[in-house]
Amino acid sequence: MAEPLLQIQGLSKRFGGVVAAADVTFAVMPGEMHAVIGPNGAGKTTLIAQLAGELLPDSGAIRFAGADITRWPAWRRSRAGIARSFQITSLFPEFTALDNVALAVQATVGHSFRFWRDARAESALRAPARAALARVGLAHRADAVVARLSHGEHRQIELAIALAGRPRLLLLDEPMAGLGPEESARMVMLLEELKREYTLVLIEHDMDAVFTLADRISVLVDGRLIATGTPDVIRADPDVRRAYLGEDDAEGLSDG
Amino acid sequence: MKLRPLSLGNAVAAALIAFLLLLPIYCGFAGDVFLLTLFTRILILALAATSLNLIMGFGGMPSFGHAAFLGIGGYAVGILAAEGIVSGFVQWPVAVGVSALFAFVAGALALRTRGVHFIMITLAFGQMAYYVASSLAGYGGDDGLTIDRRSQFGGGLDLSNRAGFYYLCLALLLGGVYLVHRLVNSRFGWVLRGARSNERRMRSIGFPTYRYRLTCFVIAGAMCGLAGVLLANFSEFISPAAMYWTRSGDLIVMVVLGGMGSALGPVMGAVALLVLEEMLSGVTEHWQIILGPLLVAVVLYARGGIAGILETFERG
Repeated sequence: MAEPLLQIQGLSKRFGGVVAAADVTFAVMPGEMHAVIGPNGAGKTTLIAQLAGELLPDSGAIRFAGADITRWPAWRRSRAGIARSFQITSLFPEFTALDNVALAVQATVGHSFRFWRDARAESALRAPARAALARVGLAHRADAVVARLSHGEHRQIELAIALAGRPRLLLLDEPMAGLGPEESARMVMLLEELKREYTLVLIEHDMDAVFTLADRISVLVDGRLIATGTPDVIRADPDVRRAYLGEDDAEGLSDG
Repeated sequence: MKLRPLSLGNAVAAALIAFLLLLPIYCGFAGDVFLLTLFTRILILALAATSLNLIMGFGGMPSFGHAAFLGIGGYAVGILAAEGIVSGFVQWPVAVGVSALFAFVAGALALRTRGVHFIMITLAFGQMAYYVASSLAGYGGDDGLTIDRRSQFGGGLDLSNRAGFYYLCLALLLGGVYLVHRLVNSRFGWVLRGARSNERRMRSIGFPTYRYRLTCFVIAGAMCGLAGVLLANFSEFISPAAMYWTRSGDLIVMVVLGGMGSALGPVMGAVALLVLEEMLSGVTEHWQIILGPLLVAVVLYARGGIAGILETFERG
């Protein structure tokens, strides 16, 4: 059996009395799309933050491509090939779309103690950035200032930034948050394509999307992992059904 | 190279530089020493403001202790001169080096914080430098230190020549502005601007932002130390007052007035503030009563300062 790309072992995190993660253990195999679902406040974003290195766990270990990255700072994990997108759009609003993505490319091509050459004239930064923008369907907006773009376009740039560094693992925190039905459909198509090239951890509230896209699903409730398995297994799991009972998401589960 | 049509901002910049280049010639003919002296001081403080703009305007690090570097650069010259070391080849590198070192220590601590805390720590470091200078009993203490001879370079470079010294200041200022322009557009500069815009995102895409911000802080400190060297040579005097916190405030005003985040903005700000001060103080000694509302207006209605206003006109 292949080695997992990402191995999460006994991850725990508390904020005062709130348990954000309680002994969470699961693995993501290379090439897999692994979705993490759960009701609001289940600790999904906290989990991503711990994987990306913005939060350190109280206990437990995270291994990525064989290395123990549990204590690594965010920037070092990014350098190692873990890219994330944010649930709440987090861009450089006063830069152009292309500048946003080019900065992400720049992060992956060595140190930036280069003081003289005009970075906007460096094709080593601009070409991959254009390619990433084209990938998410935003090539035509490359020179627009991000603050003037729509929410849907922001979501696309968010994804382009994550793709720009050619990561080995993509952590996507609700890429469809706030998108209209049409934009959502396009995003699902895009994720479907990305799935063929990347290993992904996906957090998403859109249950149709999750059950269509994911190879495996982990269900998080109150910081605890109550089930991990293929969409069929999760759909049939009585614990999952109970956890979602009365929640809007339960509809998605039964429809799916 | 692409040729672009001359924009209003560039035209004003070109006019300003032409004016600064030609000023000593006019002063030479008219015998106007006062004007030349005023503008020499303006050039020196513009260099200090340019260095502050690098960290504040582009790097989002609003230092309230920046005048400390003026004093440190000045005291390095003054103390060395008092000890009989008058060679500029020793004085200037020492002054810039000590300024950079002070920036490294102050920055290493201050950059662990943000916002108000950053302002307070830089203010504290500035005031610390002020009180240390005041306690230098051997070097004038509170009263300051008179410098008998300007830095000696030998050869054709004589700093006591008024027009020559003016042109040296102008060359260093334009060099400083050009350096900032190159810096902020380089990879280094994009990291800096990215960290100002969204530091969390910068870390998440793989930038250890702290070391870049600290490097920038050190560069700015060294550049302002150089301005201090010029200031000490210009006044042939250095005192703790040069680094009092209100002087740091003056530098901030120049940057805000001229336009944060525009390479030439602080030069316009320095010219505007000091010429205004000169003119208004002729009318009333309470000239700051007029300056105050003007600043409020700039902050409220023209965030980009003078440079920003020019840009707005261009866009129509």
